[in-house]
Amino acid sequence: MEAYFDNSATTKCYDEVKDIVMKTMMEDYGNPSAMHQKGVEAEQYIKEATERIAKTLKASEKEIYFTSGGTESNNWALMGAAMANRRAGKRIITTVIEHPAVSEPVRFLEEQGFDVVRLSVDRQGLVSMEELEQALTPETIVVSTMFVNNEIGAVEPVEAIGKLVHEKCPKALYHVDAIQAYGKYEIYPKKMNIDLMSVSGHKIHGPKGVGFLYISEKVRINPLILGGGQQKGMRSGTDNVPGIAGLGAAAQKVYGQLEANRAHLYGLKRYFAEQLQSLDEVIIHGMPVDEGAPQIINAAFLGIGSEVLLHTLEDRGIYISAGSACSTHKRSKSPTLTAIHAPKETLDCSVRFSFAEDNTKEQIDYTMTVLREVLPVLRRYRAH
Amino acid sequence: MFKAFLIKYGEIGLKGKNRHLFEDALCKQIRHALRKIEGEYLVTRDQGRIYVHCQSEYDYDETVHAIGMVFGIVGICPVFIVENTGFEDLKKDVIDYMRQVHPEANQTFKVAARRANKAYPLNSMELNCELGGVILDAFPEMKVDVHKPEIMLNVEVRQKIYIYSKVIPGLGGMPVGTNGKAMLLLSGGIDSPVAGWMIAKRGVKIDAVYFHAPPYTSERAKQKVVDLAKQVAKYSGPIYLHVVNFTDIQLYIYDKCPHDELTIIMRRYMMRIAEHFAKETGCLGLITGESIGQVASQTMQSLAATDDVSTLPVYRPVIGFDKQDIVDVSLKIDTYETSILPYEDCCTIFVAKHPVTKPNLNVIRKSERNLDEKIDALMEEAIKTTEVLVVS
Repeated sequence: MEAYFDNSATTKCYDEVKDIVMKTMMEDYGNPSAMHQKGVEAEQYIKEATERIAKTLKASEKEIYFTSGGTESNNWALMGAAMANRRAGKRIITTVIEHPAVSEPVRFLEEQGFDVVRLSVDRQGLVSMEELEQALTPETIVVSTMFVNNEIGAVEPVEAIGKLVHEKCPKALYHVDAIQAYGKYEIYPKKMNIDLMSVSGHKIHGPKGVGFLYISEKVRINPLILGGGQQKGMRSGTDNVPGIAGLGAAAQKVYGQLEANRAHLYGLKRYFAEQLQSLDEVIIHGMPVDEGAPQIINAAFLGIGSEVLLHTLEDRGIYISAGSACSTHKRSKSPTLTAIHAPKETLDCSVRFSFAEDNTKEQIDYTMTVLREVLPVLRRYRAH
Repeated sequence: MFKAFLIKYGEIGLKGKNRHLFEDALCKQIRHALRKIEGEYLVTRDQGRIYVHCQSEYDYDETVHAIGMVFGIVGICPVFIVENTGFEDLKKDVIDYMRQVHPEANQTFKVAARRANKAYPLNSMELNCELGGVILDAFPEMKVDVHKPEIMLNVEVRQKIYIYSKVIPGLGGMPVGTNGKAMLLLSGGIDSPVAGWMIAKRGVKIDAVYFHAPPYTSERAKQKVVDLAKQVAKYSGPIYLHVVNFTDIQLYIYDKCPHDELTIIMRRYMMRIAEHFAKETGCLGLITGESIGQVASQTMQSLAATDDVSTLPVYRPVIGFDKQDIVDVSLKIDTYETSILPYEDCCTIFVAKHPVTKPNLNVIRKSERNLDEKIDALMEEAIKTTEVLVVS
């Protein structure tokens, strides 16, 4: 049996996505900027995708800008907002559990002279509102937090954060990295006080290499990529028609079945968590099962190196993640686990299981059978 | 512009009656190296000189790079070849050559002519004088210096005339295949690829063994070793990489032996398996990347303890190198970047907090007796299930 439980790293494309991507590569392959009919046809795909996505956010189509993915969206939001507002102030507020696609651009801005405050989180991974309130000075120009943490599935109180930011600093922009949240939650930026929001295609069964940045009509940021003036001059470069069309199809489908998906994912998560808790020496990180993100469980199997468990399970067709897949080339302790003060003995032996709608209870039963078999063997040869 | 390369070789020239064997091996290696790039080349050996003739369009940098990877070459000289149409034409050709190759025209120089074609009207001395004069007339800022010239202009008169002055340094060493074969114990670290490269440089063909310990080591760790072997193979020619699944042996040692001796005992079994494959494939020695004192398993006592199980000589070319020396070589041969990728190898997984640094051979042998029950069967299984990859 195969069980792919690494859906927070990436997901399998929907058939609908595959079909539309194929069609835009093989039949309607025009450049949307071209003046002839081929160009007009291609442009239709972009319009359609924009409409589909705007609808999921109850946003205006003018607020959707396509990018090369989550990392670019985050970079653009942070740099673009900082540059546009650099005369209004220097303070940028973020958290200690951000993905490198946020924390690295923030570090870059810090080197350029911005004043960065990184909010701590509690044991569940939640940002402290008191700390935020204190950090919000009139100098603040950007606040950036995740919606769902990619490692432990903590769900930040985004709406409350946005409200506080706008009350205390009407000029500041609130950016949300919603890469793990889009497709799992109803997210209405206007209602939730979000000015900028990053989304990635391949986390919601869309193609890799595409994503979007939501930019509220009310705010202005600088473009990051200059050139031929595509997307109203905000993001130049020939439009990635196959990617954008695929992203649109994925967004439409995932939001068409949002409630059913969530129920299914929480069902799997609850089912798995209960059984994990019946095992000895297993610690589940983060929020209570029903409060955390529906797709993510991060658990420590004490005494077993996370990579060793990963490869053991891989051998049985079970695919999980040890740390964030995006940082394979760096071996360091997870900043998120360190930030939530996870017990020291769990840091080297925590793994992430992340589900998608195509996972089944049978896969979880199979995984439990394998775990019950391999854990005692692996523990016999504990890491020293 | 250059239609050929003269290959200068060093130590081979010292070999007496075996010299032709070495020269043939060198030609073979050069042909092999050139097969990987575009263009048609003819490699010839004639009167103690090896030439690479470029018989089609070719990319100069790519060609020099390819030839430069061959062990046994001291220098590569790009050569101008002109037809023998009389001395008047030769004068023009020499000036033409100087203009193109040394456009600064302000160095000291010396002409070194060789008349292999005795029918040519001027002898070597006369050619030196005449051509020297021609250059002085054409380039007033150039000076003759017969002792330490900046430019040594070689003119060889054969059926055609060969003109060259540039020497691109080669790697030295000896052509691979002139000195037998040895088995390299290759890990994912910095040292072992360097050790393999150094022995290959002495003309030794190499094969390799890698100890894989799934699930403790990952597919990526194995791929890393394949990539390292590939890089070494660019110099040494194809490597037969033996991938041994070592997990069961490692766990068995872990179960049965004192933990502070794990690394030593594990290394002794690695040596035994490597030696098995070495003998099976006709290798005359083992190669490791050990350096005295670098880690607990590389003290003099530990090295003696690992040596104890091998009946073949164990070559340790980096034995006296500091880490930085080894890093320098790995940078030069381009294995460093791969070596530092952070995937676990099997040596780092079951390391005791305080491993023995001065193992007593008798104690180690006694501990190994704890393994008597199953070790032979496990060794046999490991050897039987070894996967052999041809890496080139």
